[in-house]
Amino acid sequence: MATNLQLQSASLTPPPSKVSGLVRRGRNSMRDLWMGGLLLILIIAFGIKAPTFFSRASWLNTSNTALEVLLVALGETFVICTAGIDLSVGANLGFSAMAGAWAMSHLFSVGAGSDIGIVLVGVVAAIITAALVGALNGALIAWANVPPFVVTLGTLGMTTGLADLINNGQEISAIPTSIAHVGNLNIGGWMPIPVAFGAIITIICALILAKTRFGAHTLSLGDSRESVIRSGINDKRHIFKVYVLAGVLAGIAGVIVMGRLGAASPTSGSSDNLSAIAAVVIGGTSLFGGRGTILGTVFGTGIIAVLLTGLIVINVPPFWQEVAVGAVLIAAVYVDQLRGKRRAKA
Amino acid sequence: MPESQTMANSHELLELYKVSKSFGPVQSLADVDLTIPLAKVTALVGDNGAGKSSLVKCIAGIHSADSGEIVFEGKHIKLKSPRDAADLGIETVYQDLALCDNLDIVQNMFLGRERTRKGLLDEDSMEQSAKETLASLSVTTVRSIRQPVASLSGGQRQAVAVAKAVMWNAKLVIMDEPTAALGVAQTRMVLDLVRRLAERGLGVLIISHNMNDVFEVADRIAVLRLGRMVAQEDVKAFDRQIIVDLMTTGSSTRTAAKANSHGIESKEN
Repeated sequence: MATNLQLQSASLTPPPSKVSGLVRRGRNSMRDLWMGGLLLILIIAFGIKAPTFFSRASWLNTSNTALEVLLVALGETFVICTAGIDLSVGANLGFSAMAGAWAMSHLFSVGAGSDIGIVLVGVVAAIITAALVGALNGALIAWANVPPFVVTLGTLGMTTGLADLINNGQEISAIPTSIAHVGNLNIGGWMPIPVAFGAIITIICALILAKTRFGAHTLSLGDSRESVIRSGINDKRHIFKVYVLAGVLAGIAGVIVMGRLGAASPTSGSSDNLSAIAAVVIGGTSLFGGRGTILGTVFGTGIIAVLLTGLIVINVPPFWQEVAVGAVLIAAVYVDQLRGKRRAKA
Repeated sequence: MPESQTMANSHELLELYKVSKSFGPVQSLADVDLTIPLAKVTALVGDNGAGKSSLVKCIAGIHSADSGEIVFEGKHIKLKSPRDAADLGIETVYQDLALCDNLDIVQNMFLGRERTRKGLLDEDSMEQSAKETLASLSVTTVRSIRQPVASLSGGQRQAVAVAKAVMWNAKLVIMDEPTAALGVAQTRMVLDLVRRLAERGLGVLIISHNMNDVFEVADRIAVLRLGRMVAQEDVKAFDRQIIVDLMTTGSSTRTAAKANSHGIESKEN
């Protein structure tokens, strides 16, 4: 009897192999370099095909496109690291910009306060609006246990509709022109102020994900929620915070787009969901959660942005842009899945 | 825990009195008494459904007992959450270990209790403590404490989970089937680790199906059957047959003397 029991318990599962893990670890740290290399190859290829790709106009265009996608993708990186998804970030960008512009246009029309004061109110209004959408996502996902895909698909629809409702589907351009001045200012002609600002935010996000408790908990949540709970971390509150962060970053992106255009459009950001999720996944963040870096997302965004502007520069009809990004997204997820399977076998 | 608060009985770490727990109509624990002394390994055995897991979860703070009393270090306590148990120094190493595969050993050992300096993670200090803890448990087979736990063997993963518990000044370590998925050498390593915990003066409660392991590592054995504690004695009072009798019928006709000699026999095997 005793030996029977012993046999039963002794042969349940073989211990995982040591070697495969070490090999994979090596691959992980190599991956960011690979993506950087791929980005470089893409830039050189477009440059050879169309030398104007190396012009100042092309750089400004590319960096502005990249910035918009990057800010949204930064928040998406945190969300995907928790094994979640946020489909509403793009629509949230347009909605929060519209909300900010609406506040500004109202103050502007009655001539209340200085331009700078009005702009500040608009910026704060946009970011608070975006944070509230993020909070709604986070609360429903964390406490109501509705799957992230469903919640954010729902808020995607809601924010798209609300953005149109604010000004009957029209854009709002009656806002102080000073916001457009700042939005289009360049340092030395090559470094747009918003891009420099975005770089600072990116560095802060990279530090948060890799070097703080918040980042550690974000990664471990996607890895093993059970162990996070057993470690005494408030998993629900943390998930809530991550979606609020994604909302805030979408709001900042909204402000920057508004600054560049000098107006807010309800449709801005509508293609950013696809680009941002593609950028994050290309950058090596796993859709299964638990693995991801901001550097990877930066490279992923670079690849998407270069692809978008590069296709225009080599005279491919712009409608092909989303086709290309969609295809790249599917390819990146397929690669991620292969890696996930390998992990399951390990 | 202040030293001035002296314990009622300096050798008993945890005492349960008449602990009961029901899930709907199913009574999984009925008036269970259990004593876990310091510096000893207590093995909890019982057939499937005997209530071992429920009992452990009551001690770990996952379930709260319906009735009965829990005394820890001579003081009556209420355990409402795993955090309560952890604050007292009760750490549980679950069968599934609950480690984050993608995180490395240090990150796993400090999960939820990361050290920071100026808001950023203090990796050096955490690495140092993790190293010291592993070394103090003689866990030397790990190549790098910066490798992800997915790359570790089953025994090494178990060691990391135990080290995690020990590092947080656990007084009582509960281990659920620690050798269940392990090969011979790995089992050896984990059993050595269990003995070392007791030698350090910790109380250890180990759940196991494996009689070899139980007789090898335990100082005391507690037998649960259908939610009731049917025996709780020094290991010398048992042999395999007695335990099997107790687990299946709740009593044994064999005597302790016979058992004692048999117990020695089985150790020679």
